[in-house]
This record gives sequence, structure tokens and C-alpha cells, in this order.
Amino acid sequence: MTAHDSQAASITFESVGKSFTKPGGGIVDAISDVSLTVEAGTITGIIGRSGAGKSTMLRMVNGLERPTSGRVLVGDQDVGAARGAKLRTIRRDVGMIFQHFNLLSSRTVSENIALPLEISGMAASEIKTRVTDLVERVALSAQADRYPAELSGGQKQRVGIARALATEPKILLSDEATSALDPETTQTVLSLLKDINRDLGLTILLITHEMAVVRDIASHVAVIEGGRIVEAGTTYDVFIAPQHPTTRSFLSGVTGVTLPAFIKDKIRKQKPETDSEEVIRVTFAGKHATDPMLALLTRDLGIEVNILAGAVEEIGTQPFGNLLVSLNAAKGDEARAYLERHGLLTEVLGYVG
Amino acid sequence: MSANLINLLLEATGQTLYMVAVSTLLGTLFGLPLGVFLAISQRGELLSAPWLNKVLGLLVNATRSVPFIILVVAIIPFTRAIAGTSIGTTAAIVPLTIAAVPFIARLVENAIREVDGGLIEAARAMGATPFQIIRKVLIPEALPSITLGLTLAVVSLIGYSAMVGAVGGEGLGDLGIRYGYQRFMPDVMAVVVVILIVLVQLVQSIGEWIAARVDKRAPKGRGQ
Repeated sequence: MTAHDSQAASITFESVGKSFTKPGGGIVDAISDVSLTVEAGTITGIIGRSGAGKSTMLRMVNGLERPTSGRVLVGDQDVGAARGAKLRTIRRDVGMIFQHFNLLSSRTVSENIALPLEISGMAASEIKTRVTDLVERVALSAQADRYPAELSGGQKQRVGIARALATEPKILLSDEATSALDPETTQTVLSLLKDINRDLGLTILLITHEMAVVRDIASHVAVIEGGRIVEAGTTYDVFIAPQHPTTRSFLSGVTGVTLPAFIKDKIRKQKPETDSEEVIRVTFAGKHATDPMLALLTRDLGIEVNILAGAVEEIGTQPFGNLLVSLNAAKGDEARAYLERHGLLTEVLGYVG
Repeated sequence: MSANLINLLLEATGQTLYMVAVSTLLGTLFGLPLGVFLAISQRGELLSAPWLNKVLGLLVNATRSVPFIILVVAIIPFTRAIAGTSIGTTAAIVPLTIAAVPFIARLVENAIREVDGGLIEAARAMGATPFQIIRKVLIPEALPSITLGLTLAVVSLIGYSAMVGAVGGEGLGDLGIRYGYQRFMPDVMAVVVVILIVLVQLVQSIGEWIAARVDKRAPKGRGQ
């Protein structure tokens, strides 16, 4: 799979709504007024809890679900309006991988990868060459004639990926593709997806409930909650300055920066009258990520700072740091103003008496 | 036991095998598509046709509720129209097939329903037509269950074939009744029963062997 004749396609959600009729009557909105553009060639993550509507969004891109209002476009084609042969043609441009792999137990690795090509009506000889290439790309040549039952979870997902790429799609949809895998296998699968995005240039839209997945491969992220997009942007921007509480709660799990238990139990939102400590989250981004700002704060203003928790990590190639500190509440305003002036982001988490 | 009786037993075994084989074949020919259709035509399924599904389902149930011996007698005019006669081994194939079709259809329907919905979704996402999904996904994935179902059907048909003696069908059951019971020859009855037992055992073993061969899923109890 070196030569790739198809260009990546963008995905556009235009004020999309989807409601279901409950079996007992009544209507449930799975998605309400969602607008989102997924740029061609990017890896975009949609993150949300189960039932938030992310799966519905993903399944609209290949017409497994139809919007009840608004439009979903793949390139310039309206998926929701397409029917029959037209829809099937669009679907061949959109590969999909699944949490539970969805491989045919009755077919070998090669035969599973061949399935979409058989469906598209490709000649048997051509299928054979294509499948050999794909099996190599996902490093499963030794397992080509094995059945899925004989493979590990990671190998099964690699078969799923090869199968999704078989028809040389412009878009790859990933439905919680790593949620059933252990952390190490997850990394292997994610880096394979990254390679595919880079080598073939196709657009990847993935849904997940793990911020770590977004951090590791997505250049853009949208956070969905109760069927609405509550925050969207580049992964870096969302990580350093999350706006919505849902985003923050997803982030707290992944940045590894949480308050120690002895503080968490005592912390209050209201500033007490008596002497107290102010607990602040300081986010270092870009070129400031590695500056010794807290040492400078103490030197310039004489404010002493306790470090409670912290970590420095990378999103893409950009470093960003997250520190939880406490300092004398009376000096809080002064300290935060100083830090912000130096390009850091601060957020008051509460007070400890 | 005289040479004459042995010949009769051989002939009767051949007749039973003939009736069962042809009715299984015809039963599958009609029962398989009917079963597939019943499985995928409910509301919201691949080929949603809820009304037709209901009507066919009722028809299948009605046929299956009629005791076989009554079915044989009730459809004599139909049998005569199809086979040209209502008496004899070939004529017996008609009621056997009529009984086999709904039975096999239900077995196939259950087997198809057991196929993981995720596979159908994956195939739809690939741009497969409903017919391609049936041919390339549903039937191959259900094949181990279908094979076991057909084994069950063949065993039942061996049992049914013993009853068609009532309308002049021949075969082992007929021989057992005419010689073993009516002419007081318990040894003939015993041999007939032994042959039937051996036949059923053979069919069951062969069916299970084939089902195991086509089953590529992980053994139950480990892996997924």
C-alpha cells in the first residue's frame, strides 16, 4: 500500500440532531444541534461518557444512523440523504474498526481482510495481491491463514484495521477500538493508527472515553456531553485550558495530577475568614513549560509555595506541565497575577484552613 | 432369519434412506431461505417486512402443530397432485418434505439469529447489500449451528418416515409394523429397531463431526 489514489476527506456535521422513539412511546434526543468540522487528514477524537451520543455521531458518518435534523457530509456528499447504491459507494470510502473487532469467525485473517474487496466486486487475483500487502502492513504475515479465535486481542484489532483499509478509504472511523485492549496493546494499535494517518493521509475520526487515547494520537478533540458538543479545539488548547467541567474531569484522570487525599478531604470552595492556604492549579504551556517559575515567584515576591502534585508531559511534540500548589491565601491574588503575567494559566481549586 | 427376510430388511433400509435423504434435501432447499427470511425480516432488521414475517411465522407454526400422522392423511389430495399417486415410497416424500420445511426453517432461523449483530453492522459499514450479507456473513457464520440443526432434522425425519407406512409408504417402520407386529415376528421388530438406532447414531455422529469441522470459533469456556 504505497501508492494511494484517494485524497483524505473532511467530515462536516451541520446542526445535526438525532432522536429515537422509545419503545413505550416518547422521544429521546441522542444528539442535539451538533456542529463540528473534522478537517481532512487530521486525527480527531470525540470523547464522552457512555450514552453521551458519541457512538451515534460516529455511526452517522457511514450512514449506520441517519440524522433526524441537519446534515452530515463526507467530503461534499450528504450521507444522511444517500440511499441504496449511492450510500454503499460512500461506505466504501469510509473504513470502520470496532471495540469488539467484529471479525468473521469462519474466515481466516486473509479472508477477513478480503471481505470488503469481495463485496466491492474486485477480481480474485487483484484481491490476493491487495490482501498480501495489507497483511504485511499490519505485521500479520505469519498469521495470515489463522482464524480469529487463534489470535490475541491486539492481533484481532490489527486484522480489523487492515480490513478497514482494504478499499483504500478516505476516512477511518474508530469505535472505541482500544477499549477492550490492555495498555501495552493499546499503544501498539494507536501507533499503527498514527502511522496509517501519516503514510496514507486519511482522516481518522475516533470515539473514546479515555483522554489518554486523545492525548496520544489526536490532533483535535471534541468533548460531548448529553448529546451536545461542550468543547472542541486542538488537543493542545483543550488540554492546557479546558473550559468545561466535563473536560476537566476527563483531564484529571489523564494528567495524573490530582490532589493528595489529606488535602482533598479538607478543601473548601469558600475562602475562610481565618488564615488559610489557597490551592491553585498552575498550567505551564509551550515555551514556559520548563521555566522555574515557582522559584522566581519566591525570589521576586517572597511568596512561599508548597508543591502538592505535578507532572510535565507532551501532547504531540509540545510539552505542558501541570502543578498543584498551595500558598498563603492572603497573597493569592498577587501570586496568580504574577504567574499569569509570565504566560502561565492558573485556576483556584479551593482553600484549606 | 430367512434370506427372504434379510432382503426385505435391506430393501426397507434403502427405502428409508431414500425417503429421508430426498425429503431432507427438499426440506433444506425450501427451509433454508425461509429460515433466513424469518430471521432477518422482523421490524428494524436487515430486510424489514414485519407483516410478511408474521404471516409466514403463523404458517410455519400451523404446519408444525399438526401431528405428522394427521398431516400425512390430510394432504393426500395434494400428494396425489404432486407425486401422481398417494401410495408408495416416493409419494411419502411429499408429507415428509412438508413437515421438514417449517422445522428446518425454524432451526435455520435460530442459527441465523445467534450471529453477532456486530458482524452485520461491520458488513453494512463495508457497503454490503443485504444479499451479500446473507451469503458472505450470516450463512457462513451460522453454519456450525445450521449443521447441528439439520442433523436434528434428519433424525426427526427418520422417525417420521416410520409413520408413512400408514398411507402405503414403505421403509423400516412399515416393515416393523407389518412383520414384527401384525405377523408376530418379534425378531424382525428387534432388527428394525436396531437398524434405526444405528442409523440415528450414524447421522448424529456425522453431523457433529461436520459441525466441528466448520466451527472455527474458540472452544466454549475459553477465549472469546
